[in-house]
Amino acid sequence: MYNFEVEKPGTLAEATAAMAGEDAQALGGGQTLIPTLKQRLASPAKLVSLSGVAEMQGISKDGDALRIGGATTHGAVAADGNYPALSALAAQIGDPAVRNRGTIGGSLANNDPAACYPAAALGSGATIITTNREIAADDYFQGMFDTALDEGEIVTAVSFPIPQAANYQKFVQPASRFALVGVFLAKYADGIRVAVTGASNEGVFRWAEAEAALGDDFSASALDGLSVPADNMISDLHGPAAYRAHLVKVMTGRAVTAAG
Amino acid sequence: MPKDTGIGASPVRREDVRFLTGTGEYTDDIVLAKQTYAVFARSTVAHGTIKSIDTSAAEGMPGVLAVFTGEDFVEVGGNPAGWLINSRNGEPMKEPKRPVLAHGKVRHVGDAYAAVIAETIEQARDAVEAIEADIDELPAVVDMNDALSGSNFVHDEIETNQCFDWGWIEDNRDATDNAIKNAHHVTTLELVNNRLVPNAMEPRASIGSYKASTGEYTLHTTSQNPHLTRLLISAFVLGIPENMLTVIAPDVGGGFGSKIYHYGEEALVLAAAKKLGRPVKWTADRTESFLTDAHGRDHVTKIELALDKEGNFLAFRTDTKANVGAYLSNFSTATPTFLHGTLMAGNYTVPLVYVNVKAVFTNTAPVDAYRGAGRPEATYSLERVIDKAARELRMDPIELRRKNFIKPDQYPYASAAGLEYDAGNYDALMDKMEEVADVAGFEARRKQSEANGLMRGFGVNAYIEACGIAPSNLVGVLGSRVGLYDAATVRVNATGNLSVMVGAHSHGQGHETAFPQVVAEMLGIDPAVIDIVHGDTSKIPFGMGTYGSRSLAVCGSAVVRATEKIINKAKKIAGHMLEASDQDITLENGVFSVAGTDKSVTFGEVALKAYIPHEYPLEDIEPGLEETAFYDPANFTYPSGAYACEVEVDPETGKVRVDRMCAVDDFGNVINPMIVTGQVHGGLAQGIGQALVENTSYDENGQLLSASYMDYTMPRADDMPMFHVDHSQGTPCTHNPLGVKGCGEAGAIGSPPTVVNAVIDALQSGGTNVTHIDMPVTPARVWDAMQNAKSEEA
Ligand SMILES: Cc1cc2nc3c(=O)[nH]c(=O)nc-3n(C[C@H](O)[C@H](O)[C@H](O)COP(=O)(O)OP(=O)(O)OC[C@H]3O[C@@H](n4cnc5c(N)ncnc54)[C@H](O)[C@@H]3O)c2cc1C
Repeated sequence: MYNFEVEKPGTLAEATAAMAGEDAQALGGGQTLIPTLKQRLASPAKLVSLSGVAEMQGISKDGDALRIGGATTHGAVAADGNYPALSALAAQIGDPAVRNRGTIGGSLANNDPAACYPAAALGSGATIITTNREIAADDYFQGMFDTALDEGEIVTAVSFPIPQAANYQKFVQPASRFALVGVFLAKYADGIRVAVTGASNEGVFRWAEAEAALGDDFSASALDGLSVPADNMISDLHGPAAYRAHLVKVMTGRAVTAAG
Repeated sequence: MPKDTGIGASPVRREDVRFLTGTGEYTDDIVLAKQTYAVFARSTVAHGTIKSIDTSAAEGMPGVLAVFTGEDFVEVGGNPAGWLINSRNGEPMKEPKRPVLAHGKVRHVGDAYAAVIAETIEQARDAVEAIEADIDELPAVVDMNDALSGSNFVHDEIETNQCFDWGWIEDNRDATDNAIKNAHHVTTLELVNNRLVPNAMEPRASIGSYKASTGEYTLHTTSQNPHLTRLLISAFVLGIPENMLTVIAPDVGGGFGSKIYHYGEEALVLAAAKKLGRPVKWTADRTESFLTDAHGRDHVTKIELALDKEGNFLAFRTDTKANVGAYLSNFSTATPTFLHGTLMAGNYTVPLVYVNVKAVFTNTAPVDAYRGAGRPEATYSLERVIDKAARELRMDPIELRRKNFIKPDQYPYASAAGLEYDAGNYDALMDKMEEVADVAGFEARRKQSEANGLMRGFGVNAYIEACGIAPSNLVGVLGSRVGLYDAATVRVNATGNLSVMVGAHSHGQGHETAFPQVVAEMLGIDPAVIDIVHGDTSKIPFGMGTYGSRSLAVCGSAVVRATEKIINKAKKIAGHMLEASDQDITLENGVFSVAGTDKSVTFGEVALKAYIPHEYPLEDIEPGLEETAFYDPANFTYPSGAYACEVEVDPETGKVRVDRMCAVDDFGNVINPMIVTGQVHGGLAQGIGQALVENTSYDENGQLLSASYMDYTMPRADDMPMFHVDHSQGTPCTHNPLGVKGCGEAGAIGSPPTVVNAVIDALQSGGTNVTHIDMPVTPARVWDAMQNAKSEEA
């Protein structure tokens, strides 16, 4: 690590002010950022810890939507019962230590191409609420490790419309146990959403053909005949592009069956 | 009735109290007064010419005390290979120098070319970043075939990347070729024994210190064999007289072989400590462990098995390329040769064996012995090709093995690969395995899996290994440059408690519990009064350390011999005390008695007498009660076993789940069954890890792709089934006093082929004609193999 300052604001206003400083960086649960710092791959002048920001805590039901504060840990989401598929997803992230520290805001800001929450946010058509604005999930994810966030912008909350049925199928990359391929599927009155993480060189994406087919016939067999092109899939030690493309379909089918 | 003390009992491991409560003392826990810190500058390219290294900026950084480069060690020796192998043409192997710090060239990613010593570790890190190294990157030599055919050399001075081309047994070469040419059936298999990163929980660490007033050096280090490290540093690398160098390995948190060897960091901290007059500590971070610990395995092999019509084995012919990495690590030349080729007859009465091994330099981390060392490679090749042969001949894989087993009345048995097996009963192991693994219930389980949409496979394996790595005369003939005996001192203190100094050094095996069981049994006393001292060259006579499942078989035998000497002397003292001849003294339950009388003295009274020798026959018996023995066995020991595995394969994803794993091993006599079971469990986990998940991958530029736990998969508890382990079928070793064989590596030797055989069986049962998948058998590879099989059929 290189040396840095740490600030721990108690309110969003203080946090925004602290982030205005030169080379300031938000610190969520530190589960991604701290290892990066330890390896000397980043050298922020100041870390602004968000864990004390009152407005960013907690989970609340707001009509048909679930609002989750940006500093809420995976463990807290896992323990919440309002959106079972989302809680189940959170319960599969990392290990207890990671879940007790890592936050939804940190995960969405980081937008790791193999992370789980991006699939849930995109698959649920969630709204990302920041210090400046509200961003629809469809506009938020912009490729591997890339989002619509501006410099210094903080994810303060995420609002998830609660679906009629949903399921997350995670086929783990065996070493990191992130998603080699993860499929989040949600069924709403106005249609089906299918979001895929882990697979594409462009990060999380929606599988439009599957959404359409499942909208007509909500069963795994509706996917027969569909396939995801392997062209833009990730190829690495753990699996070639064609394998990932194949898994997208298998995991989608399983998600349909499990969602019922 | 199980015993609760002594040989055959399973007392809990006394060392675990400190290990489990975080009070063990590892090298990095030790803080010496005025300690400084070393950080190494390591190559980021796999192969390059060092044009210049400018350390001036680094030297001026805050807290920096010294900067070293390869130039500083040009005059000192190199880290040697411990085993001389001669090529088939009689030429000795190529032995390029392995310097303390890279000089002239860097040869693998992670190769250290400079080191900074500073007041704090962060200051040292900052200064390493300020070193300006001008390194001209050269094309990397990564693939072994390219290495052998090209003219791009890892070591320019030897003008080849081939270390040796070894044949075993060379005199059998033509006969083996003929047998294969004329056989009724030949089964051929090409396979890869995947490279593994050792991943000891405790990374390597070393502290060098120097006392100017006396000229004494001390090295605290993470070592499985402190005496060997001292010998290498003294005799080859730095030339420090052995009596001026103490090597201390305190608690050691795993090694699996990787902490046998001497590494340059150890020499660096000693040299730096002398220069600065202050202790210098270095602790590897996990990335350094991945990049620089000696890796394991990495063989590419073609094996052929010739059979007659009835399925009798006629010959095994093996052609192996063994990667030794960029430099020869201490045992790297023995592992693919004498620990591999000599085992290529397996448990079988095959008359002919020929093995050719070419060892190849590449721009990758050095490769050396890793849990099993050569024997897993041998077992994997044999047991995979036998399985394939059974399938080709439509024979039952268990029956084919049984047909060719050496039978109990054939011992001692001279194997076609040059070893003399002293004892064993492979049919009894197979019988027991069939019972413990419930082979009879397999078909029902398969139907159940099929009903769940999964393919179930059964895999079997029989192995033999040579361990208790020792007989000095034998290994000397085979090229070893060291002796491989071991030593122990038993010191009975005046008040009746004992310190037993042993040359073996536990890095997790449980010596502190098991060795006292042996001594307690022999003396008939409470093991609680016996303490093991190990890991410190200043306290122990000598020792060759712990590896090759040798601690009990070799060092335990030395403990027995030293204890026998104690008993002999104690009987003399007791005889004097009881006014009888020592010939008439018996020892039972810690009491010396005159046979046929009620006259007796306790062990404690005799000990006290030895140290307070009043009314003592000083002219006949020396005071004191302390004895040392060196033990050098007559042969290796030969553990063997029969393993079974059942897997379920998901046909949609290719994911393999191990559902049942059964290990029936012959370890001879067993001192502590619980510890033995634990050793087998660990070995099985490692073997399943190798078979299914562990993958060390370098890209074509020599960059290690799997250089962290994000990409290198360690097997985890939820990858494991409950294990069925049995060691009831022991045939005692015939040549050591305890009749023991060694159990540390068996699990890692026997399990990989068992698992892969089971996967192939599962795929075949699902109607896909897949005959081989290289380890690790990842879901992607299984899926790929299924796709290929389908398209071949189409
Ligand atoms: C062992 C391990 C296993 C893991 N397994 C999984 C897994 O299976 N699935 C998965 O999805 N993830 C996994 N993770 C990642 C984990 O979920 C992280 O917690 C998450 O990616 C980052 O969240 P964090 O709160 O820790 O963010 P930090 O590490 O603190 O920050 C990450 C980045 O986000 C920024 N940031 C943090 N909070 C905010 C905010 N509120 N607004 C704007 N920017 C912010 C930071 O500046 C930084 O750039 C794993 C991590 C580890 C260590």
